[in-house]
Amino acid sequence: MRKNRVRRFKAVVIGVSSGGVSALKLLLGALPVDFPVPIMVVTHITPDSDDGLAVLLDTYCAIRVKEADEQETATAGTVYLAPANYHLLVERSGNLSFSIDPPVNFARPSVDVLFESAAEAYRTELIGVILTGAGSDGSRGLLKISNFGGLTIVQDPEDAEMDSMPRSALQLLKADHVVRLNEISHLLTRLVSGKP
Amino acid sequence: MTDDELTALEIKLLMEGVAQVYGYDFREYAEASLNRRLIQWLSGSGFATISLAQSQLLRDRTLFDSLLRGITVNVSEMFRDPTFFKAVRDHVAPHLKTYPFVKIWHAGCATGEEAYSMAILLNEEGLKGRFRIYATDINEEVLRKAQEGIYQLQEMQHYTRNYQLAGGTGSFSDYYTARYDHAIFDASLRENIVFAAHNLAVDADFGEMNLILCRNVMIYFKQPLKERVLGLFDSSLVPGGFLCLGTKESLYQRKISDRYESILPRMQIYRKRYA
Repeated sequence: MRKNRVRRFKAVVIGVSSGGVSALKLLLGALPVDFPVPIMVVTHITPDSDDGLAVLLDTYCAIRVKEADEQETATAGTVYLAPANYHLLVERSGNLSFSIDPPVNFARPSVDVLFESAAEAYRTELIGVILTGAGSDGSRGLLKISNFGGLTIVQDPEDAEMDSMPRSALQLLKADHVVRLNEISHLLTRLVSGKP
Repeated sequence: MTDDELTALEIKLLMEGVAQVYGYDFREYAEASLNRRLIQWLSGSGFATISLAQSQLLRDRTLFDSLLRGITVNVSEMFRDPTFFKAVRDHVAPHLKTYPFVKIWHAGCATGEEAYSMAILLNEEGLKGRFRIYATDINEEVLRKAQEGIYQLQEMQHYTRNYQLAGGTGSFSDYYTARYDHAIFDASLRENIVFAAHNLAVDADFGEMNLILCRNVMIYFKQPLKERVLGLFDSSLVPGGFLCLGTKESLYQRKISDRYESILPRMQIYRKRYA
């Protein structure tokens, strides 16, 4: 890789499970309102949840947070949460779509489903982030992001409320960044601003 | 061209062939899910690439049927989204009761769980013998399963909970007989259900429906196909008829939206206006 090469990113995807609410509050709460790319998030929530988490985070964060809607175009400065009981996917057009295909890694929404579709849609211009969580959902998706030339970030397992999702990801690939939760928003802001 | 771009191209070409040879048109399906399902089918098929499979798929109907199963099977459950069925019970059934006879189109019924759920609900709401559910799907194999009305016994605990949350007034276990690890649903429920093959992408409308149910089917379609399907529903619904969509589907900014009103906030239940 050339030194000081400036990378351009078009989107960020985040996967999180147990411990997700406080982790997302901390991470998303520290992002600027004019964050220059869209962020798609899968967090494991129970099938009968409503959009309460999105509403809560939207109140708490400067950046706009909402539950993803059908065929919405992923837009800069907005965080899209996968709705309960649906997989969230990204089309090559940048539109968001849903499926009710069977759970993957016992989860619907599944982090792998979002990450794998986003890897194909954004290729090298994607940042994938795995945060605290039980289980191993997201590991394969993060590997695909890495294989497609995207950038990967994993929360330091020592820092995670539940370390198995980060550990599982790190067993599968060498992440570009392994950092503490409170460093991730700064890192993302720097990466997407195009500064080396 | 990278490997996945080649795969995307192969899928496009295959879908073109499938449309011409078999009349099933998947070109208007949203790609991310369709491709995911196709790749899953491919991994169990023994073929290394879509192109290698294509030659046989276009000649061998049996092989094509296995592909069709792989890309059209939708999962379902009884009283999926209990709050939706509760809303139908509380806010739609009272209107349906005012008709001497009610016709319902359940488009994309998959293995029939929601069609049986609706029949149970309408019976309990006093419509017994006064309704017919036309339950359709593109996939004839799932229709055969729907016709049987036999489900896994282990699901019954979950379905019972859904039934109760949906406002069920009876005992859910009265509707099925447990045999080994299966639950066989009461044949009398089926008397009011007609299962039939129908392809939303190419087939015509059904006349004079009082209620149309199509939940989590259009999420797999691209915009033009969604508009086509909503047009089919619009021409099939009587004035004052109800249109029920999935939790994440809405009529917002759709061509037909002016002719419909939402009857409950946060529920995708619409009523067709009289004028």
